[in-house]
Amino acid sequence: MRGYAGKFLEIDLSSRAIKEKKVPDSVLRDYIGGRGLATRILWDILGSTWESVDPLSSENMLLVLTGPLTGYFPGTKICVSGKSPQSNGVIGSTVAGEFGIDLKCAGYDGLIIRGKAEQPCYLFICDNHVEIKEASPIWGKKARETVRFLVKESLKEIKDIRPGYGEVIEPSFLYIGPSGENKARIAAVTSKYAHAAGYGGYGAVMGAKNLKALVAKGFGPLPDVYDKERTLDLVQEFLVKNFERERFRRWGTGAGGYYFGAETSSEPIRNWQEEWHQEQSYKGEEFDKYWVKKNWGDFGCPTTCLKVSVLKDGTYEGAICDNPDYELESYLGTNLGIFTPEKNIYLSYVSNELGSCGIQSGAVLGFAAELYQKGILTREDLDGIALEWGDVEAFAALAERIATRQGIGDILSEGIYRAAVKISEMKGLDVLKYAIHEKGVAIGAHGIRSGRDYVTTNPIAYACSVQAGDHTSGADLPIGHRHSELFSIMGDSAVYCFFAAMALDNRDIFNFYEAVTGWELTEEEWYQEKALRILQLQRAMLLLGGPDITWKPNLDDELPPRFWEPLPSGPDKGRSLDRTAFEKSKLEYFNAAGWNENGVPKPETLRNLGLEDVEVKLREASLIS
Amino acid sequence: MLVPGIEIPHLCFQCEDYPCVEACPEGALSVIHQTGAVKVDVETCTACGLCITACPGKVPHLHPDGSSIVICDLCDGEPQCVKACLEGRWNALTLLPREKSISYKMLAATPKELTRKVANHILGEKTTKEVLG
Repeated sequence: MRGYAGKFLEIDLSSRAIKEKKVPDSVLRDYIGGRGLATRILWDILGSTWESVDPLSSENMLLVLTGPLTGYFPGTKICVSGKSPQSNGVIGSTVAGEFGIDLKCAGYDGLIIRGKAEQPCYLFICDNHVEIKEASPIWGKKARETVRFLVKESLKEIKDIRPGYGEVIEPSFLYIGPSGENKARIAAVTSKYAHAAGYGGYGAVMGAKNLKALVAKGFGPLPDVYDKERTLDLVQEFLVKNFERERFRRWGTGAGGYYFGAETSSEPIRNWQEEWHQEQSYKGEEFDKYWVKKNWGDFGCPTTCLKVSVLKDGTYEGAICDNPDYELESYLGTNLGIFTPEKNIYLSYVSNELGSCGIQSGAVLGFAAELYQKGILTREDLDGIALEWGDVEAFAALAERIATRQGIGDILSEGIYRAAVKISEMKGLDVLKYAIHEKGVAIGAHGIRSGRDYVTTNPIAYACSVQAGDHTSGADLPIGHRHSELFSIMGDSAVYCFFAAMALDNRDIFNFYEAVTGWELTEEEWYQEKALRILQLQRAMLLLGGPDITWKPNLDDELPPRFWEPLPSGPDKGRSLDRTAFEKSKLEYFNAAGWNENGVPKPETLRNLGLEDVEVKLREASLIS
Repeated sequence: MLVPGIEIPHLCFQCEDYPCVEACPEGALSVIHQTGAVKVDVETCTACGLCITACPGKVPHLHPDGSSIVICDLCDGEPQCVKACLEGRWNALTLLPREKSISYKMLAATPKELTRKVANHILGEKTTKEVLG
């Protein structure tokens, strides 16, 4: 086995038992790591009782997995997974940073965390020294204070473990803010200051386990690769290909706040009431003025799409965040009627400090603001906050209430869909039509109505994705190609950054996988068998769902009502989606995925892929008759 | 990461008076004449750590296996880190000739000192203070 450390850590926080676990080669060959392996592990352990597992109970698992490409591929990530408190299915949520590398250097391919700690705790790993430590001093603390504490305490601990080593580079960590501690379903798992695994809401899963942070330090080296020379050659090749894409290195996604509005009419504006704007104040150049560091990458990254923004003067002096990237420019900007970089940076900073996912919290804030605009939620309902579009102070105050579940925040912290259901009950009218989500997950900031956004080339992108609103894992036809979900599964399972792979051919990725692992894998085999198998499992678990919500196959594979309305402004004004074409694509996709006309995996598909137990389970749940 | 965006390589500056070489009781450290880099004789080194204490920047560290000290030897005049940095076009590291008029020892600093200094400059004092405490 090459490219893998060869063992996982299984930690039961309830009994404080820590043990090493091996995964057979055959499973690794089929499921690779990250998202794929997480799906398999979840199915094996929780599959039989999936519908009754509350994602926010001790029963749920938190999986933090690397993949074989983690650490070698120039662009590093780690995959966080479990039963999602947003979709009630499985979402493979990746976050950048060196945590995966440190973990592998420490000798582990991943963490399988079960149970619930009695007291707030954090997990400390330094090579084979693994310890559950007390986190009460940082419980309730925001990002910066948490990071400061973790750096200080861990360095002290590492010095005890390796006395006389000299100056130690601080370890990597994943942590949650107040948002996760309070089990807000919009909570992210954060790395560094603002890198976040937001989709899925795994910050809340950590909070439900009383787990504040994970710290890893590995003195290495990384596990051996199968063909070192070829791996190095490919890295060289990738570097060259990547820096030829100068634009992405220059701007990251930070020029998107203007571009996706003005050029492709696909940016959320005031809770998706519009998707077009031409605000010059929101151009990349205007953000550039606040970038104190224009190329910031994680270990080995040739793309460096990250920028560091700092507000050096003015009302919000001291605020620091990365970029903001496009998703935050839109969801914590245009979606809230904010068209000033300074205010957007401040709100991103607030969101980072609270440990809330920028997309999920921006969506719920925009939703609340539209209800305020329509007079459905009053100032009284909002604890005295007048939630006017563009009022950054008001949004910051509400974000804080959401993360700490105070007043109206308690409802909104349930995420956009669940909050809409509650507010509908509270007000006795249907506000679900204003909730822009896909199966409980707020949708990425790439609209589909104009048909011109390259992220969502097919209108079924969100509706048919097994990760629902995740814009990095959209469904597309034909089912096996670069922009299809099956290719996204490769990225999330081998665990590398797809931003650093944009300049590469599909073949490059599979070649690299082979050079690292020594295991042959063709693109065809991946699309027709292995990725398809992971897709079936994710789809099955998404449909089984529960306990609070169960999505109906086909009926819930639907777009938010607003997306069926014609675009109200811009060059694409009046343009709307064609229902017939949408339904046709959907059916075609179901068919290609081996699902029946309702989108439920067919028995023969499951049998062909060796997933007989999934068939049994789907029958039990009356999903297949 | 002490401060986001301010991850600085922490390397030997080749002080003019080589306090590390002076401090070694075993004579395991020597100066490579051609490059000015410090060479560690891994056979003789006992990993006592006195060179770390003596270094103004606390640059030397133990090899992860604990057997000897690691100090940058400038890869015999062709530093691979500089090569990698230029190949990846990050262009942050450059190979410069050694100048007699520069006091290299004054540049030596611990990672924390270096980070604070650069961060103050780039992020501003207020943010740096809030980040580093």
